[in-house]
Amino acid sequence: MVEKRTFLRYFVPHVVLMLGVLIVFLPVWLAIVASTWDAATIANGQMGLLPGPDFFKNYHQALFEGTKGSTREPVGAMMFNSLVMALTIAIGKIFISILSAFAIVYYRFPFRMAAFWVIFVTLMLPVEVRIYPTYKIVADLGMLDTYQGLAIPLIASATGTLLFRQFFMTIPDELLEASKIDAAGPFRFFKDTVLPLSMTTIAALFVIQFIYGWNQYLWPLLITTKDSMQTIVIGIKKMIVTQDALTEWQLAMTTAVLALLPPVVVVIGMQRLFVKGLVETEK
Amino acid sequence: MEKRAIYSGYTVPLMLLIPQLIITIVFFYFPAGQAVWQSFQLEDAFGTVSQFVGFENYRELFKKPDYYKAMGTTAVFSGLVAFFSLSISLFLAVQANKAIKGAGIYKTLLIWPYAVAPAIAGVLWLFMFQPSMGVVAKFLKSMGMDWNPLLNGTHAMWLVVMAATWKQISYNFLFFLAGLQSIPHSLMEASAIDGARPFRRFWSITFPLLSPTTFFLLVVNITYVFFDTFGIIDAMTGGGPAKATETLVYKVFHDGKLGADLGGSAAQSVILMIMVIGLTAIQFKYIERKVSY
Repeated sequence: MVEKRTFLRYFVPHVVLMLGVLIVFLPVWLAIVASTWDAATIANGQMGLLPGPDFFKNYHQALFEGTKGSTREPVGAMMFNSLVMALTIAIGKIFISILSAFAIVYYRFPFRMAAFWVIFVTLMLPVEVRIYPTYKIVADLGMLDTYQGLAIPLIASATGTLLFRQFFMTIPDELLEASKIDAAGPFRFFKDTVLPLSMTTIAALFVIQFIYGWNQYLWPLLITTKDSMQTIVIGIKKMIVTQDALTEWQLAMTTAVLALLPPVVVVIGMQRLFVKGLVETEK
Repeated sequence: MEKRAIYSGYTVPLMLLIPQLIITIVFFYFPAGQAVWQSFQLEDAFGTVSQFVGFENYRELFKKPDYYKAMGTTAVFSGLVAFFSLSISLFLAVQANKAIKGAGIYKTLLIWPYAVAPAIAGVLWLFMFQPSMGVVAKFLKSMGMDWNPLLNGTHAMWLVVMAATWKQISYNFLFFLAGLQSIPHSLMEASAIDGARPFRRFWSITFPLLSPTTFFLLVVNITYVFFDTFGIIDAMTGGGPAKATETLVYKVFHDGKLGADLGGSAAQSVILMIMVIGLTAIQFKYIERKVSY
């Protein structure tokens, strides 16, 4: 640009951004700090900005024993539930939607567009607005407190189908023609051509859906009654007791760190796929 | 757009569609239909007898001041979150776009809050602002402010707004940065040659060219505040104090809890459904058309 690249002009954006990064990081930093102190230090308000000595003690207690008061479930078990739920949702959604998108794109059959619209409309209504009737159906099917009940109702959504449909449209028609000339049937075409080409899309969708599944709140809150089935996001809420004196903040914050670590690692580790998934699912 | 080369036959595509169709019908259409049906029913306290009452549930709903209060709360909440998260992230994105060398690193350092569950975000902010021992709360008190979100509704509202904004900044930042990077450099140069200072260039070139992104984000943010902030509110305030942070979605949950008022809760669900459909329709309409110059 015409303005001279002065020292000030160069450094001001960096300073502003670093401040932004620090402010954004502050809540998590304080949680990490709190997870290394003992209950008394935190309750007395003596916790500073630097970590304390109880890192191993707190993480060991949270992971394998749980809190003393509210929910006695070890956090390790909750993380396992969250993992099963997130993986089932991610894999289930990819599985059903890649199949339905393949049918819609590569076949002509009566009611094809009707089927597409039936799936498409689900984009419009998040589970929160039809929560009680969905709960009732899951209860009637005997799926309360099960992994199926946690995951399957959340699979019913069109994002995956739309994403795959969009991607299949960009696969050149010549590939199918060539595959037909080679006398390959639809299954062969799917397995040898479509699937390998779709790997990036599958991975991007996986990242987004894993985060979506891991972070679910209202649904697991309603359908899990047993402590042994609760996910980590629900578990932490139960640790925050309204009478503040009873809250074991050091363990609550340890759990918070453990709860946010897996999805954050996924986002940072697979940033490219994550951004791709985010941009494409929102279209 | 249609494929030129296709397969024929009915059974195979049907088999491929069946898993998704079954799940969609059982867990989506059936419950959504039930919600609509229930909103016209009145159940007795034991849930045994129900009778058709037409729009009675809706009429009851609109008679209650509580409902208008929740509407107002939702409007204030979503307005504040949309305003703060959009302006903060636009500001940061403009800076990152200037500091070309480090843009990638700043992106990595700013996008991760997206991955934090709303309820966890709520707990983190609750801890900082916990009146008796929170680090920031202590600071506010030392400044002479009587900070207490457990009793003061306005404080509670600011608390949920901060947590919700914090979580949304990363998403907006990502889209704004992409939008900024797609603005042709030549336009900025032309305007610079015309003598426009950076501030003027931002308001006359960058901001108008970003308007499709901004509009898209505005709709996404409102949808986010409506539905995804349930976890934040439940973990931080439980809708209190005195319903000061009770949004429409929270009220659906609260009123239907323990089967207290299923008809009323269903009527609220239906109204929410209509709102989301409206929002989504707006989103699609403008995404398709893209505001252009």
